[in-house]
Amino acid sequence: MNPKDLKYAKTHEWVRPEGENYLVGLTRFAVDQLTDITYIELPKVGSRVEPGEGMGEVESVKAVSDIYAPVGGEIVGVNDALASDASLVSRDPYGEGWLVRICPEKSGALDHLLSADEYAKQTEGN
Amino acid sequence: MSYIANTPGQQAAMLQKIGKASIADLFESVPEPVRLDRLLKLPPSLSEVELTALAKKLAGQNRHPGELACFMGAGAYDHFIPAVVDSLASRGEFVTAYTPYQAEASQGSLQVFFEFQTLICQLTGMEVANASLYEAGSGVAEAVMMAMAATNRTGPVLVAGTVHPQYLETLRTYTANLEPEIRELPCPAGYLDPAHLNAAVNDSTPCVVVQHPNFDGSLEEIEELARISRAKGALFVQVFDPVSLGLLKGPGELGADIAVAEGQGLGSPMSFGGPYLGLMACREALVRKLPGRLVGQTVDRTGKRCWVLALQTREQHIRREKATSNICTNQGLYAIRASIHLAALGPAGLRETAQHCLDKSHHLLRLLMEKKVGALAFERPFFKEFRFRLADEMPGAALCVDQLVGNGFLAGVPHPANPRDLLIAVTESRTLEEIEGLANALAALKGSAGRGA
Amino acid sequence: MENNQSTGLLFEIAKPGRRCHTLPPSGVPSATLDACFTRQAPPPLPEVAELDLVRHFTNLSARNMAIDCNFYPLGSCTMKYNPKRHERLVGLPGLATLHPLQPDQTTQGMLAILYETQAMLAEIAGLHACSLQPAAGAQGELSALLVAAAYFRHRGENRTRVLVPDSAHGTNPASAAIAGFDSVTIKSGEDGLVDLADLESKLDERTAVFMITNPNTLGLFDHQILEITLKVHDKGGLVYLDGANMNAILGITRPGDFGADMMHYNVHKTFTGPHGAGGPGSGPIAVRDMLEPFLPSPVVTRDPDGTFRLKHDRPLSIGRVRSFFGNVGVLVRGWLYLRTLGPDGVRQVSEQAVLNANYLLALLKDHIEVPKGKGCMHEFVASAKALRREKRVSAMDIAKRLLDKGYHSPTVYFPLVVAEALMIEPTETESQETLDQFAATLISVLGEDPAVLHESPHELSISRPDEVAATKQPVLRWKSA
Repeated sequence: MNPKDLKYAKTHEWVRPEGENYLVGLTRFAVDQLTDITYIELPKVGSRVEPGEGMGEVESVKAVSDIYAPVGGEIVGVNDALASDASLVSRDPYGEGWLVRICPEKSGALDHLLSADEYAKQTEGN
Repeated sequence: MSYIANTPGQQAAMLQKIGKASIADLFESVPEPVRLDRLLKLPPSLSEVELTALAKKLAGQNRHPGELACFMGAGAYDHFIPAVVDSLASRGEFVTAYTPYQAEASQGSLQVFFEFQTLICQLTGMEVANASLYEAGSGVAEAVMMAMAATNRTGPVLVAGTVHPQYLETLRTYTANLEPEIRELPCPAGYLDPAHLNAAVNDSTPCVVVQHPNFDGSLEEIEELARISRAKGALFVQVFDPVSLGLLKGPGELGADIAVAEGQGLGSPMSFGGPYLGLMACREALVRKLPGRLVGQTVDRTGKRCWVLALQTREQHIRREKATSNICTNQGLYAIRASIHLAALGPAGLRETAQHCLDKSHHLLRLLMEKKVGALAFERPFFKEFRFRLADEMPGAALCVDQLVGNGFLAGVPHPANPRDLLIAVTESRTLEEIEGLANALAALKGSAGRGA
Repeated sequence: MENNQSTGLLFEIAKPGRRCHTLPPSGVPSATLDACFTRQAPPPLPEVAELDLVRHFTNLSARNMAIDCNFYPLGSCTMKYNPKRHERLVGLPGLATLHPLQPDQTTQGMLAILYETQAMLAEIAGLHACSLQPAAGAQGELSALLVAAAYFRHRGENRTRVLVPDSAHGTNPASAAIAGFDSVTIKSGEDGLVDLADLESKLDERTAVFMITNPNTLGLFDHQILEITLKVHDKGGLVYLDGANMNAILGITRPGDFGADMMHYNVHKTFTGPHGAGGPGSGPIAVRDMLEPFLPSPVVTRDPDGTFRLKHDRPLSIGRVRSFFGNVGVLVRGWLYLRTLGPDGVRQVSEQAVLNANYLLALLKDHIEVPKGKGCMHEFVASAKALRREKRVSAMDIAKRLLDKGYHSPTVYFPLVVAEALMIEPTETESQETLDQFAATLISVLGEDPAVLHESPHELSISRPDEVAATKQPVLRWKSA
């Protein structure tokens, strides 16, 4: 269920290399746990994030969760479509529901992330 | 007397069901050393008859605006409260309900709060209003914290020196351990000079706080101040008087980003300072930083229109340490009172009330000037309250107030910044006879300066 | 019979030209303001006739559950009977109409009431001094944490952290953040009490305050309390008691006696507010002697000659946390209540509250899981976890079905440390018959067809609202078509 070609953070974000940048989104597992996503707050384009640092929030009716930056760098794009329809994340978390595009500070920034199998193991039994 | 329904026989049966020998056994988890081995030192129990007599005796030791003509203001005003407000708001179904977390069992409160939010938007011309805060002082503090969160700016917060000193003090207390400095802008002429604000505000200013009408009752150059603030990207926080909006332009029209007020004048008794009603409204774009409860319209499963608490993720019970405010309990019953009050007045009643305040306060000033009791401390236009500098041959303001209690007047509030200045408020409740009476009584104190203070 | 008359919105029943409240001619010359200040037309408020207004609000009130109508076992909220005598007496003109800035010599009766209230609350707390200023429990917490910050600053100590158990109310960490502290979560142990090892590992010289709710939100009195307060004091920290659950321990034990240095009361809970559909509350704080100089100003003092004064000149005070004295109307009700109860009555409140809770627990514990349910104080927390697993029935489903049966629901999904929580607090003023009937009803609900529960409530003015829609596209005010 987790696409094999992506890397995963323990905090339930996925990363997809895209040229020099990384595309970041929330995993299906996270989205299902949150139920009915109503609002997403994302960082501004041009801001800098540290790996593991909170960079945004995702809200359902009665819960708020942090979104953590899986890699450090500069935010070079955000998914503006989410402002008007946050449920895109629930419908298509690995596609149209992507969150941000990060230009990494250094290469090899993905080494600390999990493979699809490792991530699947982490979320088992939940 | 502790309003217990269970008889001793029932209590014994209940203990048996629980499997305990005595009530004391229910408290086994309270360690022996910390158990209180005596009765609390409290006054003895009173029956309702005795309690009533005691309360009446103590109430009778107060001199109160029920018997004195009240010209005191400074944030709490003797506005008339129609009987429908007391009658409807004292219904047990409102008074003894909890916060409307269970929407299906709380449609009454929820609809009233939705109406309240709408009424406050209509009154102020703002886009969103919450379902109340405690009162205006903490309301100003909440507005500033909201502005800090919304702008992410950490420069000094600019506050006009003409804001109510207790609101400013509350703001300083709330923000004592937070980053931004609270900078008070001096107002030597009794109002904030727009040129002065222009020099002080910059790209790091989170917000500018101005009260209009201000603490002295005077009107500020409010449109200009709002324009200057917003030009620098600072949020403009206006503290307003809801009753004044029968005549004055509202914060929405004036360009405020956040509007805060003491709502006591909308149906709350003065009650020695509380409970009152904090009003807060803002522009739609700021709604996610707005503190306090919000009621939203939705539909039930059959498509029927109904109301629920909305956007609860802003609040402390979900966001915990990341919430912009810690507020939980609000002033629900007083928001209900204000809703009934505003609906009872309607647009014509609110305008009439405001016009009475304007006319009567100006008439009193005219009489005081004629009798050479003193003059306005600052020549500024005012609405229902004015800062009156007593003539040299008059006693100080505090002494005037003390003296005139005997004549049946609460003559005003001695101004905290100058012992010669008396802050005098005239609401629609004051009669021509009372107004003339106060002017005469004050004039009669001329020449008694030097006695006492 | 559901009355649908006059429950459209005020704005929909209004008609231009209708009047309710009017004023006589002012009798003075008209004044004007410069046009730059004034508006063209008054605000577009609704125009209604007085009878329309009366029916509207009366019919709306009937759409509420309330203590006056229903058993309201809402955990953590202490929904006890609100005596009618309070409402009459607080309305005496000599109390209700006082201006907050009147000279002290004109308010001696009121100051006497407030002075006695300060003293009674200090005695119940087992602490030395009291401030009546905070408007609600959350403001009380904030005030006390600001007092703590000022105290440590005065001593030249730099302490930055407030420790909060994971079962605490959300106001605790939120108040800590505003007071400028970092909040650190302390885990609960298997027994639902403070995990001492976790507390110890996080206690150090950075700790300013440990906030504890005792009895906690599971309705358990933490018997380790002396050990806990000793450990905190050993590290130089202060102990704060969240007084939300004081209804369980009035006259039984005192926070000051078990080591708390400061606490807040919820007068609207413990001393029968009332709750007013969400407020007003009143959140006085009591503190140990060394913290007294830092309390908000003013406080009420008494001169040797018996004259009462509002004392403002207190140089170490944190200042005010609101305008004027406090939520006096609520405080006067609390005073009336305590004067009615007396020392025996106050203790009886907690004895009977705990008796009622344990009795209800005994009636229910074989029918629904109560995870820490060997016994309880004034409330207990049941869990619908098994029902959720076996029948897909949630705590919310049960709560909604109880509404159908004429009972307000327990608090659901709090505390966060219990899955599918149903937090039940009967209070002392309920009778055995009410508890028997409620227990029987709840047990019958647990056995109902899940489909009926999922669709409940069936009998109220509305069925379940669409909260997702209300949050995604918020409609927060009425707009004319």
